[in-house]
Amino acid sequence: MATTADHFEAHDAHDDSGHADHDHDHKPGFFARWFMSTNHKDIGTLYLIFAIFAGIIGGAFSGMMRLELAQPGIQYLGTFARWFGEANPSFDQTLHMWNVLITAHGLIMVFFMVMPAMIGGFGNWFVPLMIGAPDMAFPRMNNISFWLTVAGFCSLITSAFMPGGTGLGAAAGWTVYAPLSTSGSPGPATDFAIFSLHLAGAGSIMGAINFITTIFNMRAPGMTLHKMPLFVWSELVTAFLLLLALPVLAAAITMLITDRNFGTTFFDQAGGGDPVLYQHLFWFFGHPEVYIMILPGFGMISQIVSTFSKKPVFGYLGMAYAMVAIGVVGFVVWAHHMYTTGLSVNTKMYFTAATMVIAVPTGIKIFSWIATMWGGSISFKSPMVWAMGMIFLFTVGGVTGVVLANGGIDDVLHDTYYVVAHFHYVLSMGAVFSLFAGFYYWFPKMSGRMHSEFLAHVHFWLFFVGVNIIFFPQHFLGLQGMPRRYPDYALAYSHWNQVSSEIGYSIMGIGMIVFFLNIGWALAAGKKALGNYWGEGATTLEWTLSSPPPFHQFETLPVIDDKAHH
Amino acid sequence: MAGTKNHDYHILPPDIWPLIGATSALTLTSGGALTMHSMAGGKYVMLLGAFGVLLTFYQWWTNVVNEAHAGDHTPVVQLHLRYGMILFIASEVMFFVGWFWAFFDFSLFPATTAKVIGGQWPPKELEAVLNAFDLPLLNTLILLCSGTTVTWAHHCLIHGDRDGLKKGLWATIVLGIMFTSIQAYEYAHAPFAFGTNTYGSAFYMATGFHGFHVIIGTIFLAICLRRAYAGHFTPRQHFGFEAAAWYWHFVDVVWLFLFVAIYVWGNWGFPTD
Repeated sequence: MATTADHFEAHDAHDDSGHADHDHDHKPGFFARWFMSTNHKDIGTLYLIFAIFAGIIGGAFSGMMRLELAQPGIQYLGTFARWFGEANPSFDQTLHMWNVLITAHGLIMVFFMVMPAMIGGFGNWFVPLMIGAPDMAFPRMNNISFWLTVAGFCSLITSAFMPGGTGLGAAAGWTVYAPLSTSGSPGPATDFAIFSLHLAGAGSIMGAINFITTIFNMRAPGMTLHKMPLFVWSELVTAFLLLLALPVLAAAITMLITDRNFGTTFFDQAGGGDPVLYQHLFWFFGHPEVYIMILPGFGMISQIVSTFSKKPVFGYLGMAYAMVAIGVVGFVVWAHHMYTTGLSVNTKMYFTAATMVIAVPTGIKIFSWIATMWGGSISFKSPMVWAMGMIFLFTVGGVTGVVLANGGIDDVLHDTYYVVAHFHYVLSMGAVFSLFAGFYYWFPKMSGRMHSEFLAHVHFWLFFVGVNIIFFPQHFLGLQGMPRRYPDYALAYSHWNQVSSEIGYSIMGIGMIVFFLNIGWALAAGKKALGNYWGEGATTLEWTLSSPPPFHQFETLPVIDDKAHH
Repeated sequence: MAGTKNHDYHILPPDIWPLIGATSALTLTSGGALTMHSMAGGKYVMLLGAFGVLLTFYQWWTNVVNEAHAGDHTPVVQLHLRYGMILFIASEVMFFVGWFWAFFDFSLFPATTAKVIGGQWPPKELEAVLNAFDLPLLNTLILLCSGTTVTWAHHCLIHGDRDGLKKGLWATIVLGIMFTSIQAYEYAHAPFAFGTNTYGSAFYMATGFHGFHVIIGTIFLAICLRRAYAGHFTPRQHFGFEAAAWYWHFVDVVWLFLFVAIYVWGNWGFPTD
């Protein structure tokens, strides 16, 4: 890469005189450090804390939904509506509360939990460390990316207490489809929710620019693109997806705002508009978005499987370019979310075929992880068990994805619980298991304290069993025809709903308590972590530093020698 | 080696403006939502947010300029800035893709069910559209011309001709203002409304966002002009100017697509005003 060559020249032409006032071997005071940060590790920590906080709220919303769904009939929604300030909710307002819950759960988990944790949190922390850079390319812009995410979250939370039409809160689903989100939702709640996406989206675009620039320009001398750790590759592809997909969403939701408030008719048929246009624009963003949520997870799983198999990743280049291929093909499959909107048979055939193609690079990844483990000296440390759980459960979600990719089959399964089961297998198990794997892999590196391996394993088994009991029966419910997004259902569906809510969610919830106990225990009484606490399998650059690393690392850039493997 | 920096990257001290900027953006959007629903105090909240956002822009880039003068923008940091600007423009291109997508959806597949459209483009119930070869063509020439004047300014800057740099920038800015004024005149006299049908929606939102970008680009160039008077920029280091010029070419190219697609092709054969 030409940029690397430029970097060498820049290094040779180094001149110290302009930098005298930038020596920072001391940490700033509390306010300056956490509210005015220009340090990638501190900003990464802020993102992770924010993601955990948002995850608790989003997870609580899913608990409220599972509670309501435990039995047929409407039990708790009225109570929930009262919590949000509806003094005496009517039946319609009670049902509106359901739509507020599904909307908020989706938006929070996608935009304010998974994305901030995967990209803002782990990406910020470990991309510079793994490429041997002292910080991100734009440290100040890094900080506004974070605060814009917080601003977006505040706007979304505000929306819950604003009039939304039928009741309080935005209730058009995380996809914000027109016309429910336009003529169907008068009142400012939906505008606050839409603006929340504008704010978080602006932050993410700036983050994407920052990651791409950092990865292209700030790799340590000798680290070519083909020597870069796969986690960095994954963040690079993710950043390109964000950069190119989010602006289209921005245009689409701006059309929602003008349709709602200024009389345009983009999605209003009376003026010649087309609600399906909204779906096209949304899913042109929305499909890359699902890869945005999983690709960094792929990257983390690659690092972890390699570390605990004590082997380099099998088929490194194939793994890197499989992610590139997933990113590219991910842009041309969007209408498989829209099979029931009246697409022509030919269009459905194209999108079915294109969608199936994605199974090829994804298969390359799954098989290469297995081949990495094959013949390896495997140690079942906590990150590894989470990674193996991810590989198993993500594959289950991938297989149901291939089922749903068929336009003909999807006519039957569209908007049923089969779809809910599918995307929770790839997200709440694919993405979230990767997050926990990454968390246990790097938590001691970030905090300087070892977590309890015992509690981490207990957490894993409870969570693994819990989420499978929650979501596996939803395949049955979907095949039996239970539609998603309803708070009530026919009596025939009650058995598996009860299993999902009462058994599955409870076990998962206990697992999460163990997780928080583990963090608390580690911070209070955890052993001090060594620089490389995983031992010989851990070969990337973050393991050459202390735990936690110094406030500014790599003040002399590391040099990657020719023989070093990724 | 703690505390000794042996690389050319820019390590920044803590900064308050990201927090102020994000808080102001939230204030702006919240005020906007309140205003659109005529709720109490909305306008003031929105104005406060807009003020905060503008102040952040001003202070942020003042700091960047000062850092450049302090020598923080080493060759590799300048490369970062180039990458950053190119990627930002790439994201802007995708933003316009969204508006063109809407336009082509409406124009290639005009609604047959809506009476106002009548299955044709421009829609049946429109009385007239703008004549592409009248003021829009003049605007095309103005923007193309401004593309050459900004290149003139760049060449003067590279060859150390400060006077020529100022003249080229003045010419570009004046042409930019002419473009915006003519667009404003067209909007005021257009024979179709903003709302009510897809023609007005797609036309005004697409050309409106373009016009907004022209205004931003003009401000960007005006700041470069002010910096030129203040003695900033050297023939070797003048990334602020280059970024403004790239941005200007970007809005120019977007206009060419708008002109060809919306004004010429989209209006073909329809009565004009």
